Amino acid sequence: MIALKRLLRDRVASFGLALVLFAVLVALFAPWLAPYPEDAFESHILQRLRPPSAEFPFGTDNLGRDILSRVILGTRSALVVAVAVVGASLAIGVPVGLVAGWRDGWLSDLLMRVTDVFLAVPQLILALALGQLLAPGLTTAMLALALTYWPFFARTVYAETRRLRGALFVDALAGIGASTPRILLLHVLPNAAPAILIRATIGMGFTILTAALLGFLGVGAAPPDPDWGLAVAEARQHLPEAWWFPTFPGLAILLLVLGFNLLGDGLRDIADPRLRRSRH
Amino acid sequence: MARYVLRRVLLALPALFGLVLLTFVLTRVIPGDPAAALAGDSATPAQIAEIRVKYGLDRPILEQALVHIRQVLTGDFGRSIFSGRPVTEEIAQRLPATLELTFAALFLATVIGIPLGLVAALNHNGPVDQLVRLLSVGGLAIASFWLALMLQLVFAMDLDILPLRGRVDVDLGLPPTVTGLATIDSLLAGRFDQFRDAIWHLVLPAVTLCLPGLASIARFTRSGMLEALQKDFVLYARAAGYGSFRLYTIYVLRNAVTATVTQIGLLFGALISGAVAVEAIYDWPGLGTYAVQAIVTADYKALLAVTLVVGVVYAVVNVLVDLAQALIDPRVAEDVR
Amino acid sequence: MMGATLARPLLSVENLAVHIRTDAGPARILDDVTLAVPKGGSLGVVGESGCGKSTLLRAILGILPGGATVPKGAVLFEGRDILADRGASARGRIGFIPQDPYLSLNPVFRAGDQILEVMRRHAPGSRRDHKEKLVELFRAVQLPDPGGALAKYPHQFSGGQRQRLLIAAALSCEPSLVVADEPTTALDVTTQREILAVLRQLIAERGLSLLFVTHDFGVLATVCDQVAVLYSGRVAETGPTRAVLDAPLHPYARMLLACHPDRATDLLGIPGTVPAATAQPPGCRFHPRCPQIHSGCPIEVPPMLPVGEARAVACPWHGEAARG
Repeated sequence: MIALKRLLRDRVASFGLALVLFAVLVALFAPWLAPYPEDAFESHILQRLRPPSAEFPFGTDNLGRDILSRVILGTRSALVVAVAVVGASLAIGVPVGLVAGWRDGWLSDLLMRVTDVFLAVPQLILALALGQLLAPGLTTAMLALALTYWPFFARTVYAETRRLRGALFVDALAGIGASTPRILLLHVLPNAAPAILIRATIGMGFTILTAALLGFLGVGAAPPDPDWGLAVAEARQHLPEAWWFPTFPGLAILLLVLGFNLLGDGLRDIADPRLRRSRH
Repeated sequence: MARYVLRRVLLALPALFGLVLLTFVLTRVIPGDPAAALAGDSATPAQIAEIRVKYGLDRPILEQALVHIRQVLTGDFGRSIFSGRPVTEEIAQRLPATLELTFAALFLATVIGIPLGLVAALNHNGPVDQLVRLLSVGGLAIASFWLALMLQLVFAMDLDILPLRGRVDVDLGLPPTVTGLATIDSLLAGRFDQFRDAIWHLVLPAVTLCLPGLASIARFTRSGMLEALQKDFVLYARAAGYGSFRLYTIYVLRNAVTATVTQIGLLFGALISGAVAVEAIYDWPGLGTYAVQAIVTADYKALLAVTLVVGVVYAVVNVLVDLAQALIDPRVAEDVR
Repeated sequence: MMGATLARPLLSVENLAVHIRTDAGPARILDDVTLAVPKGGSLGVVGESGCGKSTLLRAILGILPGGATVPKGAVLFEGRDILADRGASARGRIGFIPQDPYLSLNPVFRAGDQILEVMRRHAPGSRRDHKEKLVELFRAVQLPDPGGALAKYPHQFSGGQRQRLLIAAALSCEPSLVVADEPTTALDVTTQREILAVLRQLIAERGLSLLFVTHDFGVLATVCDQVAVLYSGRVAETGPTRAVLDAPLHPYARMLLACHPDRATDLLGIPGTVPAATAQPPGCRFHPRCPQIHSGCPIEVPPMLPVGEARAVACPWHGEAARG
């Protein structure tokens, strides 16, 4: 609660929070908010590539579909992908980081070396390769993103666990006979939570960005799904005439990712009070 | 110092070995039947069997892995399934283009990002700081492919002041290859028209690619400066009578950039990934377009080679970063003893 | 007030007040502080942490923190007010020895280069002259291998060696005044003695004046001939070091001396703590902790009262205190 209060005092971070909340609301009520919800799948060739107007505020695309509706409908898939990918990355990265950080030894070394290997792979290329090898599609893209993002969580949790295992309260707990899993899950993990939360918030933004890129490169969402990255790709052939076609889906990506990044930035400021102190 | 560098190089080796294994697993094991994937959807069982024998895919998996490792160590990636030319040759031809692009982007990101971070830190919590914060967070939020398209739309299509795509003008052509970098080779050849052309073509892709890097360099420099400014030695230097310009730009900044330099190393990986998208849009004849082409044509040999080459470049850059760290802060090299 | 001052003082702080803006309103860190360092003399400023010692130093050195204001008073050095130009005109003429030798040098630059940069700006002569002079100074502060020291980084010196370096740095621009901020607290006792001996010797040889800030009466007695006791941003007592140490007049000075293990009969602490700078008590700021409180103490700010030739004390009841 104190953290939330501090966050709201920070104007830039509150703006981020507002953007994220707005996107969540839009995603939840997308079918009711979209002026032409059926445009997710239907096309209207006769009204293709219309510029923005009162009827179609964002214009129409190459198949005559309302871009505003598709941007609204695309919010849902963007958020679902981000939540799923970050969730899966957490599910792999957090246990790896906890185990590797708790005790030094061969297991810790092995886990962190594996993490390093995954970090050394160019993320996008690995995602692209996986996407291609396992039949391109949104599920594959999500799997690929999770496989390339978990090392960041493993690193974060590893560092936090190492820091916390030296803390006095951990020694005290071990002294009164608490079991290792109990210490890790009930005491170390909650203390590492702020760092994980910050990482996850930034990861949401990053995932939305990369998923859009995969969609753009043709290994993510497939037509006719209302996907922002895919829309930008479809717009390429219609430039420079239909400037509105790539502009609005791209702005949607920008705003949502900006929201998560500003929020993550604000959370980091709260977690790291050193940087809040004013300069002397 | 020499021992420190050697140690960093040795530390990079296991990660590279792991990368070799990982690429093997990815290309040979995960697809289920790579022969079928190679042969394509319309292949008959006989054709698939033929391909299986041809590429040694009928051998035991361990043997395949050993063959794979031997090939990688000797730099022999075989011939591209798509073009039939040796993969090594194709990569050697395209790597300089990607390096030129990423170095240009890194250069822009550094020379703009560090001063921005510096100014923001000196103006901590002031309006300039908030602006830089918004910029640095925003820079990381822009989808590079979208930005590329927008820049094309404005500067190449609408205003028509910069070239739309490609690396050089077809009529002018490339200068004779020395370094492989068009900007440097043209200067070496004394062809200023080609140099201007190379720079002209480089502007939009480099600007697009530099933005995320610029954002994180600005941000890391800012927080590094804020941390360094709290140090006692700043107060002491002020009391002893350092000039404030020199104090902030040299004396404190050098402490602040250690974190930034680490960041530049990490960024390089992101830059290469970003290059895939940027190259695809600007038709830049580098590794990124090569990788996309390899993926589209299911050319697993080419893809594998690209992944490894990028991994090696990444490892080399990070060793260089460690070296730079040691040069900036003399304590770094001694800590490992 | 400062009866011992025969000539015009080299440095004088006159009625100085420094306030710092905080969330809880302005903190009155210094309030009407008057001190003087005579030419060739040495003044020790002593007090608990939080009494305003560091702020006083920062005001003199022209490095007050961002939110600080000076509603009143002046700092005169060689006859000029150096508050107005944030100490710029006195740079190089005032040598500064900081408290912590470990943290006061930038780890990423050669120690010698850091001193040479200051000399470049504030000492006459070429870089070659500066180097020669610095090596000479390194020899004077008894730094081992004075010639090789120029090329070394701070972490290659021990704590005591670093403090010697910083003494050399303080003297590098030929100052007339040296300001030292508890320069030995970060060091072990043996090193402390050596450093103080070096400092004393150099000050005497060169006829320099010294302003020495400390919380340690023991150190004070060996370095300074005059002392000023600071409490909560005000001067409680001034006088010759011997006289004040032998017979302190202000109740606070007496209790502070009693705390010092070298002289204390029993380790009697002072009850309570230095008040927060945002919540100063009215009247005499020491009254909430004073064992001899009178009815006027919480109301009236006690003025500095001269005692004999050379001493002054900010307590109208000091006679009673000295007796009792």
